[in-house]
Amino acid sequence: MPAIPAIPADFSGFVVIVKRDCATCQLIAPVLQQLVATADCLVYSQDDPAFPPDLPAVRDDRELEVSYRLDIEIVPTIIRAEAGVESQRLVGWNRKDWRALSNNSALGAGLAACSPGCGSKTVDPGMPEKLAYKFGDTKLQARRIEVAPLQDEHELAFERGWSDGLPVVPPTEDRVLRMLAGTTRAPDEIVGVVPPDFAACSVEKVAINAVMAGCKPAYLPVVLAAVAAACRDEFCMHGVLATTYFAAPIVIVNGPIAREIGMNSAHNVLGQGNRANATIGRALQLVIRNVGGGKPGGVDRATLGQPGKIGFCFAEREQDSYWESLSVERGFSPDQSTVTLFAGGGVHALGDQKSREPESLTRSLATLLRGLHHAKLYGGPDALLVISPEHMRVFREARWSKALFRKALAQELVIDAGRILAGEAGIAEGMPKRAAGGRVAKFREGGLQIVHAGGGAGMWSAAILGWAASGARGSVPVTVPVKS
Amino acid sequence: MKHLLDPTSEAQPAQRQMLPRPQSLAGKRVALLDISKPRGDVFLDQLEAKLGSLGVATLRYSKPTFARVAPAELRQRIISECDLVIEALAD
Repeated sequence: MPAIPAIPADFSGFVVIVKRDCATCQLIAPVLQQLVATADCLVYSQDDPAFPPDLPAVRDDRELEVSYRLDIEIVPTIIRAEAGVESQRLVGWNRKDWRALSNNSALGAGLAACSPGCGSKTVDPGMPEKLAYKFGDTKLQARRIEVAPLQDEHELAFERGWSDGLPVVPPTEDRVLRMLAGTTRAPDEIVGVVPPDFAACSVEKVAINAVMAGCKPAYLPVVLAAVAAACRDEFCMHGVLATTYFAAPIVIVNGPIAREIGMNSAHNVLGQGNRANATIGRALQLVIRNVGGGKPGGVDRATLGQPGKIGFCFAEREQDSYWESLSVERGFSPDQSTVTLFAGGGVHALGDQKSREPESLTRSLATLLRGLHHAKLYGGPDALLVISPEHMRVFREARWSKALFRKALAQELVIDAGRILAGEAGIAEGMPKRAAGGRVAKFREGGLQIVHAGGGAGMWSAAILGWAASGARGSVPVTVPVKS
Repeated sequence: MKHLLDPTSEAQPAQRQMLPRPQSLAGKRVALLDISKPRGDVFLDQLEAKLGSLGVATLRYSKPTFARVAPAELRQRIISECDLVIEALAD
């Protein structure tokens, strides 16, 4: 169907857009009769070509193509055109303005002096996306999958293997177009190459999976950043997926966007109940599953996995933290929104309700960290330490900076290798014999990330275990800025 | 008719056909690939001795890390130097 020009190239006169379901349009029906009698007019009706009555040749715009192309938001709208070019436009009814526009001082005598218009049908709920798809320049590239008349669209998504086991929101064109409104980036821009199939992933494909995950359009920039981070070589998503270990991409959001989209950084921060937290992490996992082709039992060879593999995303509690945030520590300014990806497993708890001195609490936290992975293995997985507000208070009251805490903690996390050699303490597992005589650190340099999060009450903190292959030989945490 | 948009890459990897199994190792050169997991070398040492006693030529290779796919350079070297690969997986 060839696109119709909104205003014919040689047309000079008035273009008027009305609809029957608008009291102001009905009010000005006599005005249009006056106008048509004295000037060239194109009158388009959005809902009923028999309206306005007694007017010759009202044009049918029930498809809304002309209204869409003229960017009509309110009816009635009157546009003055000269040789096909718009020179002036008025919305609603204002006798003085209409008389000036039409140069007709008798127009609308006896009518109310003014009356506001109604919403154009082009801005009905869901309509902008439908019209953008039908008439706009934004064309989606994705293959269309037909849903048969008696087929359940949710079951179709399961049958096609698109789901992580939970229902997905069916990715219709309308929903995907609404999702794409969440970013200024072009739908065909490539965000990254997603392992394990190393498939190029467009903004559009990310949007489709974000719809399925249940995201709002405002979350899309965060999802795009998370996908870009997962595709970075140093994150090693292929290995994170293929490992028999517990690791999965954990998404930590810093900066203003976390507040803007309503992310949870407080009570139950690592749990359920917040839409942004729950769906952003899930969207990333669906991209890896659907675009990358990474599925459990396929390239995902996890022995046990962990519940966070459905999606694991949270925001750092920055507003009342005593320490610089994770992203600031990693070189970004506090007002820059970022996404950090950490290849992590399950959550390990530390309860310490007695420590009121930072030295005591640091030693406590070290007991938790030393036991991760295996108490007799050092230099293995990285870790992510989540300090709760009540534990943070201990450091704040003692004026311990993050750097001071890191230094004290590092001293607690070094041990004589001889004490944890393979076979020691009646346990075959342990450090190799060649390490005997030396001192070993629990974590590699840069292998411990620290964030502040959680509800205001509870002297609990948590450690999230990293991947067994952490560091340059496997995965390192990746931080990327969030682009609009 | 309602439609949904395909969330996948739409590029199903082409089904790879396995090469026919060789009838004999005579005259073939076998790559022994250690992916750098613990004790992979123990397994490959045994195979190397066994194949050597049968008069089969072997060459040893290893991946820099088991956590990542083999670098393209290593894959190409194996392809150009050998006819078969035996890979020691897992520990």
